[in-house]
Amino acid sequence: MLKRLAVAAAALFAFAGGAAFAQEPIRIGSFLAVTGPAAFLGDPEQKTLELYVEKLNAAGGVLGRKIQLTVYDSAGDAEKARAFAKRLIEQDKVDVIVGGSTTGETMAVVPLVEQAGIPFISLAGAVVIVEPVKKWVFKTPHSDRQACERIFVDMKARGLTKIALISGAGGFDKSMRAQCMQVAKNYGIEIVADESYGAGDTDMTAQLTKIRSAPGVQAVLNCGFGQGPAIVTKNYRQLGITLPLYQSHGVASKEFIKLAGGAAEGVRLPAAAILAPETLPDSDPQKKVLLDYKREFEGRFKQDVSTFGGHAYDGLMLAVEAIRRAGSTNKEAVRSALESIRGFVGIDGVFNFSPTDHVGLDVSGLRIFEVRGGGWTVVK
Amino acid sequence: MSAEFLQFLLAGLTAGAIYALVALGFTIIYNASHVINFAQGEFVMIGGMTTVSLAAAGLPLPAAIAAAVLAAAAVGLALEKFAVEPARGASVVTLIIITIGASILLRGLATLVWDKKIHALKPFSGDAPIRIGGATLAPQSLWVLGVTLVIVLLLAWFFNRTLLGKALLATSHNRLAAQLVGINVRRVLLVSFGLSAALGAIAGILTAPITFTSWDVGIMLGLKGFAAAILGGLGSGPGAIVGGLALGIVEAMGAGYVSSAYKDAIAFVVLLAVLFFLPGGLLGRRGAERV
Repeated sequence: MLKRLAVAAAALFAFAGGAAFAQEPIRIGSFLAVTGPAAFLGDPEQKTLELYVEKLNAAGGVLGRKIQLTVYDSAGDAEKARAFAKRLIEQDKVDVIVGGSTTGETMAVVPLVEQAGIPFISLAGAVVIVEPVKKWVFKTPHSDRQACERIFVDMKARGLTKIALISGAGGFDKSMRAQCMQVAKNYGIEIVADESYGAGDTDMTAQLTKIRSAPGVQAVLNCGFGQGPAIVTKNYRQLGITLPLYQSHGVASKEFIKLAGGAAEGVRLPAAAILAPETLPDSDPQKKVLLDYKREFEGRFKQDVSTFGGHAYDGLMLAVEAIRRAGSTNKEAVRSALESIRGFVGIDGVFNFSPTDHVGLDVSGLRIFEVRGGGWTVVK
Repeated sequence: MSAEFLQFLLAGLTAGAIYALVALGFTIIYNASHVINFAQGEFVMIGGMTTVSLAAAGLPLPAAIAAAVLAAAAVGLALEKFAVEPARGASVVTLIIITIGASILLRGLATLVWDKKIHALKPFSGDAPIRIGGATLAPQSLWVLGVTLVIVLLLAWFFNRTLLGKALLATSHNRLAAQLVGINVRRVLLVSFGLSAALGAIAGILTAPITFTSWDVGIMLGLKGFAAAILGGLGSGPGAIVGGLALGIVEAMGAGYVSSAYKDAIAFVVLLAVLFFLPGGLLGRRGAERV
């Protein structure tokens, strides 16, 4: 009797095990700027996704199913991003898309995911991605408007009210410029000069010369990312301008300091705390998550963490959390589960999504950093 | 002269000197073979990238620079030996297409040998700006202008005082006649590729601390150098220098006084205008071509 029961139990286990193995994997698709001018975004993002999918699978997967990750390299090109997103949806039949290193790529893909009805978590910055709210589109980084607000708060505290803008020609650059212009007056900031530079421009001294001669200018804000801000920073020092220089959260990585060299000293920007998690008090709810991620990433890849890899971490973990809550990969269930996530501690901050808020972050997750001695230091 | 104007002028001269070096590379090969070498920009990239990687590997900067110039010259010689020379009987258009192919190949190889990231080279002598009448100049700009001047003088000496240089000039004037008086035209062609590659590499190294360098930096610099060579008059050495400096200054003034968003477009508008209204360029050969 006992023996027969054991056999039955074994058979049951084998059946259950077989069923688990036969189950479809959870398919997560991604397109990232792994190479090209935005490679400093896509590279840590891809590494982060691969590292954590591996870890999740080693721990038994999600809902007893393995995760299958498909990543395409869009090289930061919106056209390619669109083609890859189409392939992810139609051929690879992914359950959720976590990707889009840049705003340009993301916006090119939005119509596709909206039409196909696939939850899409973007890793790009501009506020246009989630405003107006799109049913299927979420994003993890702070928006450019929040970055502007955070910068203006810091400027105000330093008594700087007349500023100049210099912006690039990319999607993120233009969006942030527009957002900063829009919210400036709420903080009593007056924009006295507004210059721009082209995508492949290698010399911004002409624009900065104009800014230098603008009447009453007290600080300069560079809305941009890629190599542009590094060249702006170099030209800025080369022209001998001593006004405070602010950059966007788009260049919050060691890469920027490496490119700009000594010229980066004193540059300020708003970014998530991952740039220097050790400096947080132990009571901070994010501290443990940040330190864990930093240890895992740096241990595996022998390179410094950046905020960008953090966006990918949040994107992946939010997708996984939503699938767990939904109990399936039913797209509508996952989508509404995403909207119901509250108090989720990630790298970029604590996420509180809602049907009207698809970023889920407030300004408190952003901190002002300054380059000192070739590294990032939190400004208290 | 306002400080603003002076600042634009200095920026334009620095960029223009680089364009002039690239344009000189185009000119030398064009004179020796009537081929426009579209891989010229890739020599610029090879110079910059090799210097960056060797300097990062711990080599002192002068050694890294010398090695990079030699490496680019070797690539130039190999390009002539293995791609252009085997097709020497082919038409000029075929040879030009071969150089386009070579440029794509070299860019591809660069992404494999190095990576697709952007790299910075430390300025040769610090980055404390020098003040000149309200405008400022980076020490690296002085390097660019100084080295370009030295190279121009060296080239003038080479073409007017040495046998090899005179042989190059003779070949450019009349290839058949040069061959008849005993000039080894094939060697002349080989030398022209090596020399152009070295010039391109020097341009790439000089500009790397100012504009950074990456695997695809040669595309834009190559096109700008080509525009400069056309502007000055294709085939004319002094034309290449005048064309380069003029292009750099026009670009900087355009960016300063018109709109910086159209900076790159300005170079190509100039190129088109020259081709339409002054096909011989500023200092090019005048007179109709006899058919």
